[in-house]
Amino acid sequence: MTIEAKGVYYRQLNEKIREAVASGETEVVVNNVNGQRYIGDGVRGKATITVNGVPGNDLAAFMDGPTLVINGNAQDGVANTMNEGKVVVMGNAGDVLGYGMRGGKLFVKGDVGYRVGIHMKGYKANIPVVIAGGTAGDFFGEYMAGGILVLLGLGRDKDTPLVGDYCGTGMHGGVMYIRGEVDPTRCGAEVGIEELSEEDTKTLEGYLKEYCEDTGHDLGKIMKEKFVKLYPKSSRPYGRLYAY
Amino acid sequence: MNTNIPPEFRVKIDQEKCRKCKRCLQSCSFGVYQFHDRVIPDNNKCVACNRCVAMCPEDAITINETPNVYKDHPNWNLQLRKNIWKQAETGGVLLTGMGNNLPYPIVFDHLVVDACQVTNPSIDPLREPMELRTFLGRKPDKVNVEYKNGKMKLKEKLPPQIQIETPVIFAPMSFGALSLNAHKAMAMAAKDFGTVYGTGEGGLHTDLYEYGPWTIVQCASGRFGVHSEYLNAGVAVEIKIGQGAKPGIGGHLPGEKIGAEISRTRMIPVGTDALSPAPHHDIYSIEDLRQLIYAIKEATNYKPVSVKIACVHNVAAIASGIVRAGADIVYLDGFKGGTGAAPTMIRDHVGIPIELALAAVDDRLRQEGIRNQASIIAAGGIRSSADVVKAIALGADACAIGTAALLAMGCSLCQKCYTGNCAWGICTQKPELTRRLDPEWGAMRLKNLLRGWSHEIKEFLGALGVNSVESLRGSRERLRAVGLDKQTCEILGVKPAGR
Repeated sequence: MTIEAKGVYYRQLNEKIREAVASGETEVVVNNVNGQRYIGDGVRGKATITVNGVPGNDLAAFMDGPTLVINGNAQDGVANTMNEGKVVVMGNAGDVLGYGMRGGKLFVKGDVGYRVGIHMKGYKANIPVVIAGGTAGDFFGEYMAGGILVLLGLGRDKDTPLVGDYCGTGMHGGVMYIRGEVDPTRCGAEVGIEELSEEDTKTLEGYLKEYCEDTGHDLGKIMKEKFVKLYPKSSRPYGRLYAY
Repeated sequence: MNTNIPPEFRVKIDQEKCRKCKRCLQSCSFGVYQFHDRVIPDNNKCVACNRCVAMCPEDAITINETPNVYKDHPNWNLQLRKNIWKQAETGGVLLTGMGNNLPYPIVFDHLVVDACQVTNPSIDPLREPMELRTFLGRKPDKVNVEYKNGKMKLKEKLPPQIQIETPVIFAPMSFGALSLNAHKAMAMAAKDFGTVYGTGEGGLHTDLYEYGPWTIVQCASGRFGVHSEYLNAGVAVEIKIGQGAKPGIGGHLPGEKIGAEISRTRMIPVGTDALSPAPHHDIYSIEDLRQLIYAIKEATNYKPVSVKIACVHNVAAIASGIVRAGADIVYLDGFKGGTGAAPTMIRDHVGIPIELALAAVDDRLRQEGIRNQASIIAAGGIRSSADVVKAIALGADACAIGTAALLAMGCSLCQKCYTGNCAWGICTQKPELTRRLDPEWGAMRLKNLLRGWSHEIKEFLGALGVNSVESLRGSRERLRAVGLDKQTCEILGVKPAGR
């Protein structure tokens, strides 16, 4: 099913998409998207929604199941508090991606902005995964409580830092895999840096294989460079802050 | 150890009355008692929760405040000295529970309510109908009606409203801070009485989804337990920006309180601290707030959205922004509001009283012609039906009670909520303690409280000569101030008594 988005206000557009998914459509294509917000917001089910254009903020917020493929860049707040499903952005994406994410996957082919993966969660089999192909801004994985954040640094010029400042500040769960060297002075005091174990590499490779299939990156090339693992030194970083 | 800090309380066992049943040992969750041939209390551990006193079958226990044996000093009361000793020992941030306990003037206690005499006679609520039903949500700018088949009908659909049978709701307190049984009690009472309770930010336990029509679910900065099904479970969604007890700072639910159920509901590992960041990381402006409000509306097919803020200096301008951002309800939490855990200094020194904030917000929204666009809930220091009546006269649509609700469930206000040792089973996750609170019993007590307050509110309305709570809303002419300065009266929009 194809939906034309040109000149359509977000509320009507999202109503159409929601109706299509509810009626059992498994393939929905939305053309000429130009800044409409909340696409996929709170949508449940198993449909694949292809977005041609640049969707607006809070794409896939609270989403619970569908797959979104964005043929273009995405803006801020992608996968905000997302529960399940997958978002593949074939370009760059903005700030505050995967905030409080509880499950599902967010794959960005290019760079991501500030405050990515803040307070991601994880519970048993529900492990949210965010993979960014390029670089990331400040506050990457701040307050991280669970899940997996991967940063690849592909196509970066020498002067651009791989990741910004305050990486993993307040981190108390989850894990980050970053391809290349991470400057410890850019990380929060709660973050430990170590080499990947065999099991880490296996897990990472599994996710990267899927990521490369979706985004067209070359897995062999990605795996040639060394990754580091960032982990929380404590599950209670502020446990000794208080006088009881 | 605590060599310098004298115990706050002294426990006395009447050894003649004591028949050594050891019930005090079982009931004390703070480890005060030991048994060596007789019951021996450790005064240092006593918090005066009075559980042991209530449980002792022989009435053999008395708890007294330790008299101050230190030299008095007007600038250095004992509490301040104790704080310093404690911090010198630990190097930590002072932590506390419940609401502000410094003796600030309480504005409610300087306001008195009008009554009818001779002319405009008062109404007897026992004989005549008295309307307490309240609708929370956005009201249209004007109502257009049309006649169809001789019947009046609204031309446009009304925005969604939450119907409550009394202008009192249970304040949002999280599952995590509170036990599941305490949440159940509030949910059951809200359902039976026809009001709502708030989930707080800890998500909603699966057992409580059935109480959805009486639930306001919350989305806060930690985004704990927030997903599409949860957002749709209640009658409204509340975005918590701030809390009266700790404006501007986040929350740390200590790892001791993160058991299996909390872990599952919040989606964080057992034993980690549940950290709620100070700001929402997707809200740095009114525009961002609007974005989240509409993200939630989109995800819930346009349920009402409430925005909860702590009352701070510029509360009126902030509230105006919130209404313009699309909120259907503005929840104002004054600086006397309670908490499960807050740094003592923040709790006691940040924020402003609800009475002044409420009057300022109501004024501002009226001046801007947008008061109808959102309901106002006043909270943070509502202690009685009189406070409710005064708050409504100052402009609130309804009041929320947190501490009062906990007191109804047995809380004794020992202010040790942050330890997770609540002896009354309310503010704890330890199974041996949470089972002390029977949800049915708790619900009955909460309903009794609402019933009592509702009758009292009707008495006030009757005395005022009005027959509906609507007629009192924002009617500041029916209040007078006793002992308030001119400027405070001006802010409250209230004349001094005698005028």
